[in-house]
Amino acid sequence: MATATKFVTSEDHARDVPEAVVVRFAGDSGDGMQLTGSQFTLSTALAGNDLATFPDFPAEIRAPQGTTFGVSAFQINFGSATIDTAGDEPDVLIAMNPAALKTNVDALKLGGLIIVDEGEFGARNFAKAGYEQNPLEDGSLAKWQVVPFNISQLTLDAVKPFGLGNKEALRCKNMWTLGLALWMFDRPRKPVEDWLKAKFAKAPQLAEANIVALNAGHAFGETAEIGSPLKQHHVDPAPAEPGLYRTVTGAEAISLGLVAGAQLAGLPMFFGGYPITPASAILHHLARYKEFGVVTFQAEDEIAAIGAAIGASFAGSLGVTSSSGPGIALKTEAMGLAIMTELPLVIVNSQRGGPSTGLPTKTEQSDLYQAVYGRNGDAPMPVIAARSPADAFDCAIEACRIAVQYMTPVMLLTDGYIANAAEPWKVPDTTTFERFDVAFHDAPLGEGEAVNPYARDDKLKRVWIKPGTAGLMHRIGGIEKNVGTGHIDYDPANHQAMTDIRADKVLGVANSIPPQGLEQGEAGAALAVVGWGSTYGPIAQAVRRARARGLDVAHVHIRHIWPLPTNLGELLRGFGKVIVPEMNNGQLKTLLRDQYLVDCRPLTKVSGQPFKIREIETAIDEALA
Amino acid sequence: MTEMVKLTAKDFATDQEVRWCPGCGDYAVLKAVQRTLPEIGVDPSKTVFISGIGCSSRFPYYMETYGFHTIHGRAPTIATGVKLANPELDVWIITGDGDALSIGGNHTMHVLRRNLDCQILLFNNEIYGLTKGQYSPTSRVGTRSPSTPFGSVDRPVSPSAFALGSGARFVARGIDVHKNLPAVLKAAHAHRGASFVEIYQNCIVYNDDVFAPFTAKENAGNQLWLEAGQPMLFASGTKGITLDRERLCLKIVDVIDGDWQGAEVIVHEPHNRGVAHMLVEMPVGQGWPVALGVLYEDPAPTFESAIIEQNRALSEGKPADLQALVSKGQTWEVAKEPREI
Repeated sequence: MATATKFVTSEDHARDVPEAVVVRFAGDSGDGMQLTGSQFTLSTALAGNDLATFPDFPAEIRAPQGTTFGVSAFQINFGSATIDTAGDEPDVLIAMNPAALKTNVDALKLGGLIIVDEGEFGARNFAKAGYEQNPLEDGSLAKWQVVPFNISQLTLDAVKPFGLGNKEALRCKNMWTLGLALWMFDRPRKPVEDWLKAKFAKAPQLAEANIVALNAGHAFGETAEIGSPLKQHHVDPAPAEPGLYRTVTGAEAISLGLVAGAQLAGLPMFFGGYPITPASAILHHLARYKEFGVVTFQAEDEIAAIGAAIGASFAGSLGVTSSSGPGIALKTEAMGLAIMTELPLVIVNSQRGGPSTGLPTKTEQSDLYQAVYGRNGDAPMPVIAARSPADAFDCAIEACRIAVQYMTPVMLLTDGYIANAAEPWKVPDTTTFERFDVAFHDAPLGEGEAVNPYARDDKLKRVWIKPGTAGLMHRIGGIEKNVGTGHIDYDPANHQAMTDIRADKVLGVANSIPPQGLEQGEAGAALAVVGWGSTYGPIAQAVRRARARGLDVAHVHIRHIWPLPTNLGELLRGFGKVIVPEMNNGQLKTLLRDQYLVDCRPLTKVSGQPFKIREIETAIDEALA
Repeated sequence: MTEMVKLTAKDFATDQEVRWCPGCGDYAVLKAVQRTLPEIGVDPSKTVFISGIGCSSRFPYYMETYGFHTIHGRAPTIATGVKLANPELDVWIITGDGDALSIGGNHTMHVLRRNLDCQILLFNNEIYGLTKGQYSPTSRVGTRSPSTPFGSVDRPVSPSAFALGSGARFVARGIDVHKNLPAVLKAAHAHRGASFVEIYQNCIVYNDDVFAPFTAKENAGNQLWLEAGQPMLFASGTKGITLDRERLCLKIVDVIDGDWQGAEVIVHEPHNRGVAHMLVEMPVGQGWPVALGVLYEDPAPTFESAIIEQNRALSEGKPADLQALVSKGQTWEVAKEPREI
């Protein structure tokens, strides 16, 4: 039996959430999924979304527990644009037991999120659901992202103070689950609390227990610092080309890309890290890749992490470190040392809301100034930005290439969304990758010749001499060095010369990168939407929609933030207008204006939430009005 | 293989002009190190001197080895990366009291507890010299300096006690101009693991003679030079250290006619951590000598050897197959014809 309900809210409210999200709650009949769904619906309607629901429950009031025919489900599709259906494929499936998983999982969108109550995943329930083995472990859910929590136990723990019986206590787990779902989508809890108080007016203790469970689920989402890719906009990940696919999160893709980059450079990799949300996952992944010559080091602090990476680079490894804004700030002085000593180094910054501790689990793009400008002295450093989880793989390799080909630290910008989100990724053929093998300098000195660690090639790259190389002992350090000999030198003209060389060397990186292309539209369009990083999805969709409506708009997405592609200025000057959507207060906009004197207009958002397609589409309409 | 030419102190000196103040204790330490290295027979191309910031941290520029003059307090972090990347390198960390115990205190603690195989020479002059004389974390209470014109009020840290408390497996002390310094350096080099050496170094400009109560010739009787298996005697053998067994502390006793056994003077056992704690905590002055030489030594596995062994064991028999790595995990085949998105 199935019925459909549809709520439509005012147009103003409908603008608030851009993309549609489909969530399906599924559990045993006794799990209270319909109540969960309807309360979620209420909160969603009150949050001002258009929505449609699809309750799907068994005819039996109480089918045998744990069986597939006892599964009750509730699906909701909500968003800002008009919602016409309850959605074809859920983005999220919340499954309270194996039977609920089994009956609902095939409907889930490729790469979608599955949240399950691990506490119900035991042999007895597998048998009832018809699973021969644990589906969480046998790889059968490979196409999706699975997040298991022991919701049963977490609920029991939360309501323990009320002294309820086990069975009664477990009845609260639908409210725990609802709390988590409300957290995931930033829905208010107040309407649910009011409803519970009214419903259990005669049993205030039960009302309290349910509210505690609700709050516990909400708090769990908040404090467990689980990334919430669902708060982000997903570009439709449907693969277009035949081939082998896998899911990757940004953190995985970066880790794999770094390993690939070090292999292509022919170097062992040294990774120094310190735990920080949302960057820690990179350390966790790399710690398992021992056979690729990866040494990981969990340092005592962020400074030690980069210090050790610099030391490893000095000794002939490819040094890599990773953090998020606050940790990057701590590493800043050491980045200056790597710039001054011209050692290769990759610094990954998984940006989060700032300043200070800011919003650790929310995404933001507000570290662009920090990456490009944020050091003492004239301290140029190449900066590249990944646009998506899969793109992070290519960007990590690119960061390694620049680091070793130019003997420079390179910053790779990602963000909390990219780090945590998963998307399908066509497995690349790594044998086709272009190698960039490092040649250490080890030629013996000629008669009367002195070692010069700052001898350069035509790209201004200095020689890399590994300690341990016979006869080429030399000293490097943070004090300015003589342009010709590499010895300490405080001479004014020398400092000018060395400052110029460091700047020119980094600017020269632009000669090794492809010219800036267009994602959509033509050069010279009436309007260009210029973005960077994880705003790729909403910009691409907004431009696609605008173009479908016949508007002359182009999409430019910049990977190389510094140095910028050599043709970018000319390209930007050719557009009638330029708008720059960013999840910050206008940082790329400032950089572009400064470099090209082009009137780039900012479209900014710093709510910890990604852009909505509609927001960008509206800005396009206004710009072209 | 070509025969190794015997190197001399000169071979370890660079052509760079040494720029410490005339009369600085650093000259003596530099000479001692340059003299000791050829005696040990080290290969300069496999030797790396790593320093932080401060007067002493200019040291690497004067050593004809590999060298890295890094940033304030961070030498142990760079050294950790160097050693993990290439454990065959012989790593020396040159640091000072401000560098190692103030701005870099955290790193000093961790490099010691991890037991990275390296030598740490901490030049303790109880003052910030390079920044023109502010009091340091080892300055005694009441030290007058530009930043404490009316005397410092905070209690100093004892570098050797800090090292021992951080889990160091080798703690030694020396004096910049003392003839025993090379022997201390040799012992530090011979020890596998983090060897911590506190060197009392005189800053002739900002803190002159601060150690004179035990370093001056006429006060040499206040030096207690420790030697494994030898009684703890000082003041030309007229005094010794014994253990007050009831109160569990050290006690000074007079030794008459060399009868140290009769005076119950204890014999130095470098691996005795409890006694080492008492030796580094002996109060300055008040008739107490300063314990010098190797105070404590008890080797343990080194950090880099443990990391390398774990990495070796885990990668044994596993080829570095990049294609297999990227194809791992949750994969599926898409066999359909290409289609437009």
